[in-house]
Amino acid sequence: MDKVLSARQAVAQIEDGMTIGIGGWGPRRKPMALIRELLRSDVKDLTLVSYGGADVGMLCAAGKVKKVVFAFVSLDFIPLEPWFRQARQQASIEVMEIDEGMMLLGLRAAAWKLPFIPTRLGLGTDVIRNNPDIALVDSPYDDKEWVAMPALNLDVALLHVDRADKRGVCQVKGPDLYMDDAFARAAQTTIVSCDELVDTEYFHAGEEARYVHWERSETTSVVPIAGGAHPSSCSPLYGFDVAHFKEYCALAKEQDFTAYLDKYVSGKTEQDYQQAVGGLDAIKALPLPVY
Amino acid sequence: MSTSNPEYSLAELMIVAAAEAFRDNGEVLATGIGLLPRLAASVAMQSFTPDLMMTDSQAWMLSEPNAVSGRQPGQAQAQESWMGFARIFDNVWGGKRHAMVGPTQIDRFGQANISALGGTHQQPKVQMLGVRGFPGNSICHANSFFVPEHSRRVFVQGECDVVCSIGYNPERLPRGYQLDDIDIRLVITDLCVMDWQGPQHQLRLRSLHPGISTEQVQENTGFEICIPDQVENTAAPTAAQLDIIRALDPANLRARQLRDNPVGDRRQVC
Repeated sequence: MDKVLSARQAVAQIEDGMTIGIGGWGPRRKPMALIRELLRSDVKDLTLVSYGGADVGMLCAAGKVKKVVFAFVSLDFIPLEPWFRQARQQASIEVMEIDEGMMLLGLRAAAWKLPFIPTRLGLGTDVIRNNPDIALVDSPYDDKEWVAMPALNLDVALLHVDRADKRGVCQVKGPDLYMDDAFARAAQTTIVSCDELVDTEYFHAGEEARYVHWERSETTSVVPIAGGAHPSSCSPLYGFDVAHFKEYCALAKEQDFTAYLDKYVSGKTEQDYQQAVGGLDAIKALPLPVY
Repeated sequence: MSTSNPEYSLAELMIVAAAEAFRDNGEVLATGIGLLPRLAASVAMQSFTPDLMMTDSQAWMLSEPNAVSGRQPGQAQAQESWMGFARIFDNVWGGKRHAMVGPTQIDRFGQANISALGGTHQQPKVQMLGVRGFPGNSICHANSFFVPEHSRRVFVQGECDVVCSIGYNPERLPRGYQLDDIDIRLVITDLCVMDWQGPQHQLRLRSLHPGISTEQVQENTGFEICIPDQVENTAAPTAAQLDIIRALDPANLRARQLRDNPVGDRRQVC
């Protein structure tokens, strides 16, 4: 089995109106090269499910998005994602705003083929008032009311990992997997970009297999792109690009995303992009953040 | 002319006052969001509540807290277990956690907002962070609030623009729940320390920072608070506590957290 595709081939599986889950967390291990490919496509009306960062901001700014399912959209060191903020304040997108944990439960419900998972999360808050589609239900076992967090069924999940083989065995060696395994399982089609394409034998050595967090049957396509998480981080390989994020955010003052697209995305290859940001060696030299 | 006590800053006073929120908490995950709350949890863990658990704010549980400044990339830390975000959720939902958070708005019910200001849900006037983990945190475990600038903009007259966390609001109480099921502990501001133990969980003044009056607190709060007959001054940091704080923050980032880095004892500032 060979699941290796180019970014363009992989992203061609995405159609107008699909629900797309995006792995990573804020500015960390986002499949940004796949996002750039999506920006180059003419796909539109997407519903995004994401622990959001610039992935959500860019797709909103480029007019690709109909709806965002989110708990936050943030770059952490820049707390407010300016392009997402504009989209919200201009009411150009619909939203389903939920608790961080509710998102995980929704993905797990989808993965486990359940219509919902009962939870306390969200009770007594505007999450329930603002989302009439999220039902409160009785329990057969007690007299309390429960939030029925609906399954977040994904058409496609986009993830970035450290390494993968051509059969879709994926390795994340960074300290946190985030919810990537849940995204992979919640999706019909899971597209994974990787910093390194390795032979299957790579996983046979030592403890390497312990860093594989889902089985290959959950991986549909493998897209080798070294540095493909840039400008987000892929710990331990590289940190996030503070200077690039600052430039990206500063451009939001003009309220026109074209300047960013023209400089970094439109009509450009990933190689062009990497040259424009200083080259792959510079990406790999980006320091890891200290918390 | 200032003859105020130069021994400690307001930030340091707030750190040790906030550390008290974690006293006798035992084995719970103490999460301080922001530099001063993180220092508060660290001080508690390094002095009177050694059983507390803290993470490196990333993916590892620590046996002793990391310094908040002066650390180098890759520097060794006292990590004792993996604690990625998915496991944080397991901890949150099990309830063995006490978070200290800094809401943008807090209302008379103890409901809090970090999501958005003004406008409508469909079109907020100002989009902020989103509800993040506030809904789940507030229904699952203890929470305290840290407010760097006590004002009517934070302590709002009406309900929060977006109710991100459940509070002591009878109208929003879920079926099968009691108000006492909600666990909001201390509110530490630049003026005072408060809790929610007034009548019907009314916000109640616990201590005033030196030089601050009850009138100042009430004037800067958008709703009526419970003011006991006797209100003590917030305890000053001890020399030992200041030593712990300095060791945890060698670069003195705490001096940049409050506007103009005020002194802690404002009784005689002219």
